[in-house]
Amino acid sequence: METIAMPAINFAAIMPETILSVIAMALLLINVFVPSEQKAYLGYLSLIGIVVTFFTVIGGWGTPQEGFNGSVMQDNFALFFKGIFLVSAALSILISDQYMKREECNHGELYPLILLATCGMMLMASGTDLMTIFLGLELLSVSLYVLAGFQRDSLKSNEAGLKYFLLGAFSTGFLLYGMALIYGATGTTRIAAIASYVAQNSLAGSNLMLLIGMVLMAVGFSFKIAAAPFHMWTPDVYEGAPTPMTAFMSVGPKAAGFAAFVRVFVIALPTLRADWADLLWVLAVLTMTVGNITALYQKNIKRMLAYSSIAHAGYVLVGFVAGNAVGTAGIMFYMLSYAFMNIGAFAIIVLVGKKGEPNNNVEDYAGFGFKHPLLAVCMSIFLFSLAGIPPAAGFIGKFYLFSGAIQAGYIWLAIIGVLNSAASVYYYLRVMVFMYMKDPVEEFDWLKVSPAIALCLIIAVAGVLIPGIVPGYLLELAQKAVLL
Amino acid sequence: MPNDYLILTILVFIPLTGCLLLVPVWSRVEWARRIALGAALLDLVLACWVYAAAPAVIAGGGTLPGFFLWEDLPWIERFGIRYTLGMDGIALPMVLLTAFITVIAMLVSWRAIKERVTFHYFLILVMETGIMGVFLSLDLFLFYLFWEVMLIPMFFLIGIWGHGRRIYSAVKFFLFTLAGSLLMLLAIIGLYLIHGDQSGAYTFGLPALLHTQIASGASLWLFAAFLLAFAIKVPIFPVHTWLPDAHTDAPTAGSVILAALLLKTGAYGLIRFGYPLFPEAARTFTPLLYILGVIGIIYGSWVAFAQADMKRLVAYSSVGHMGFVVLGIAAWTPVALSGAVMQMVNHGVTTGALFALVGMLDERSGTRSIAAFGGLWGKAPVYSFFFLLFSLASLGLPGLNNFVGEFLVLAGVFRVSPIAACFAFVGVVVTLIYMLRLVQEVLFVGERTPLPLADISFREGIVLGVMGVTVIILGVYPAPFLDLVSMPVALLTGGGLP
Repeated sequence: METIAMPAINFAAIMPETILSVIAMALLLINVFVPSEQKAYLGYLSLIGIVVTFFTVIGGWGTPQEGFNGSVMQDNFALFFKGIFLVSAALSILISDQYMKREECNHGELYPLILLATCGMMLMASGTDLMTIFLGLELLSVSLYVLAGFQRDSLKSNEAGLKYFLLGAFSTGFLLYGMALIYGATGTTRIAAIASYVAQNSLAGSNLMLLIGMVLMAVGFSFKIAAAPFHMWTPDVYEGAPTPMTAFMSVGPKAAGFAAFVRVFVIALPTLRADWADLLWVLAVLTMTVGNITALYQKNIKRMLAYSSIAHAGYVLVGFVAGNAVGTAGIMFYMLSYAFMNIGAFAIIVLVGKKGEPNNNVEDYAGFGFKHPLLAVCMSIFLFSLAGIPPAAGFIGKFYLFSGAIQAGYIWLAIIGVLNSAASVYYYLRVMVFMYMKDPVEEFDWLKVSPAIALCLIIAVAGVLIPGIVPGYLLELAQKAVLL
Repeated sequence: MPNDYLILTILVFIPLTGCLLLVPVWSRVEWARRIALGAALLDLVLACWVYAAAPAVIAGGGTLPGFFLWEDLPWIERFGIRYTLGMDGIALPMVLLTAFITVIAMLVSWRAIKERVTFHYFLILVMETGIMGVFLSLDLFLFYLFWEVMLIPMFFLIGIWGHGRRIYSAVKFFLFTLAGSLLMLLAIIGLYLIHGDQSGAYTFGLPALLHTQIASGASLWLFAAFLLAFAIKVPIFPVHTWLPDAHTDAPTAGSVILAALLLKTGAYGLIRFGYPLFPEAARTFTPLLYILGVIGIIYGSWVAFAQADMKRLVAYSSVGHMGFVVLGIAAWTPVALSGAVMQMVNHGVTTGALFALVGMLDERSGTRSIAAFGGLWGKAPVYSFFFLLFSLASLGLPGLNNFVGEFLVLAGVFRVSPIAACFAFVGVVVTLIYMLRLVQEVLFVGERTPLPLADISFREGIVLGVMGVTVIILGVYPAPFLDLVSMPVALLTGGGLP
């Protein structure tokens, strides 16, 4: 009798995903029995899950695992990104409870959804098959649509969820169409096989279907990483979503988008490098410039950080365009630092708001610096890091990205990047101007720091300052995780 | 010579340690003031000790000739970034000046700052660490780090305790400086890559980078980026526009530090990094620097003449005085360069003192308008004496410090470019006019508005007295200073420009 050949299943390759999804589902069940004022326990449980998963990520370092017939590959590259996702999920969970309680929407489903989104991101990072990547992306996106609209009774949050859903679905269409065209051109969805097929039949440059597929995929990914001109959804969604979820969305999914983007383009389409490098060059310049210039005009700090996150995607694209080891390691280092500094800044935004009054305008920060000196110092550290001023991790990250670009000969790109970075300082400084140089309007007496947020701030400050002052170890790790 | 006690590190980090000590006494203002002053004084004592002990250790030398204190530790090895500090005869006077001016800045703002006092001293100490670091680093990455760290405290000093359009000035100062220095960062990376590709050893260390062979086209661009960053700081015309705003709106301590120290970092950067790294490109740019230096001298003095606000007048006079430093560097001969270094110190002391004097008037009367004063000589004789002394020093009276520096610069420049020297001399004359006018209007004309003006207090007397003695000593007996500077200057100019 003929035996059915079992595909090579290797659970070690999806160990982190497995743990997280099991915990997420368990939490969904437990949620039923937890009274609504004690939903924070679900948060603690999910944090435990994240910590456990983090250990499996550390344990897997250095031993690449391939599984499921080559559709998943957990290598150092994937593991580094998984670390970033877990950090951003953990930090976002830490700031969630206080906010959700205040806004009276602390539903227990929040935590499983965050975990499932993280799981989706992980699949995107380790997927070596276009289908796996798409699967991860969908898992991530669907969770995020719900999270964006999580504040059911807030009009803005609903708007954010709906907008995100519509534009997200739209962009997924682009991505999927691109994948379909590439499948049509090469007859496979395994990204390594795509590369070898293209090389063997020397399709590069001659096959229009392949080229259009590549462009459509680039468009789809650009939506996900919020690169201009596909960034239009970002400000509205970031502004409307519950603040902790904005923090989460601005870091994790962006990193996941980059992970998949880099893996697909570098591994599957190296022969088209000349084409996509030019395309990304333009995207990078547009993204940085549009993001920064628009951020200059924002009065709402969440919108400002949304545009700033667009600009940051532009800096990271610079490293992608460079395409060398330094640039790619720079992407990873930068995304990790960005997780700390951006979520840290959002944590402060959560604290400054109160029920019904989000206090999201820059003016609301007037005099904050001397009412709450410690919190203001934290905020300043995050903002200086976002602006790329040493000795913060953001500086080292930018230094790394631009070094990669110069090394690869993209000197003009680096110059444009640096000028953008200088312009961006203005809007970060403006927050500090209000915090320290304007007289206080509010007393900020409602402001209470929960232990969870305090922990989040401590981790974030450490994550910004330590790699900023002694980046050696982390750079080493990033260097070892490079795909090339 | 790697010294066993890491003296340079201690010099750099004493102020930062002082900052940490301020945290527990944050709300006890009197304690905070004293601790901050204590830290600054300790740094000054250490700097003086290094000066006194310098001849004893001078024989050693690090990887670079002329350096008598040297510290080199691994930092980010993957990129060839090391923690390298070194002190030679040019860095030492700058370090002394930094330690000295920081103490002065603290004393002049002793009573003037009434709100958020601890934070004020905290920032001054952070700044001292940054400035010390800039003067001592010999690794370009480390240098850049300190260079940026200097900016942040000054931004807050101007923005929080400043006057007038303080926020505008603070942001303008920050953005101007940052834009220039970011381009320098790219140039630093470019240089690092060129050197690494050439030699196989990727490093940011100055000693190794000095031997890089750079194609002349590339070196022009790299030097231009360095020059822009330093020119903004010096400031060289036409990128000086941040300076009058920042100086005028800063609180007294901020103005003193800005004028006396931050401007020096730009000139120091040119001497330490810009010229030695790109001698060929620097030669190409020399005519431009002559022209801009001369324009700076004449234009700065001319505009200073038209000012009604005393602080703005002193600020524009800085543009003029720093023009001499630029000329001295551009000439790059031993005499001119010694003059430039001396002029850096002179300008630090003299202008610092003038800002302190203006600040004292402002503190008492609430105005800085020249037209509001008059007849001070009769009302506040001690104050007026110092006002006269520093004004005369600033206009270059023989026997006082600025004369020596300006003379050396002019003598050195005359050899290489007589035309530039002649034009610079015109600037000297204009300086004479506006300074004498200032003295006449403020001290001697009859009293115009009755203002409550007490003479100086004991604390202010000490500040001005010490600075006055420095001005006179440097003017009458500059030999020890020039001896100190002569060796590094000879080494720098030896192989380079004509």
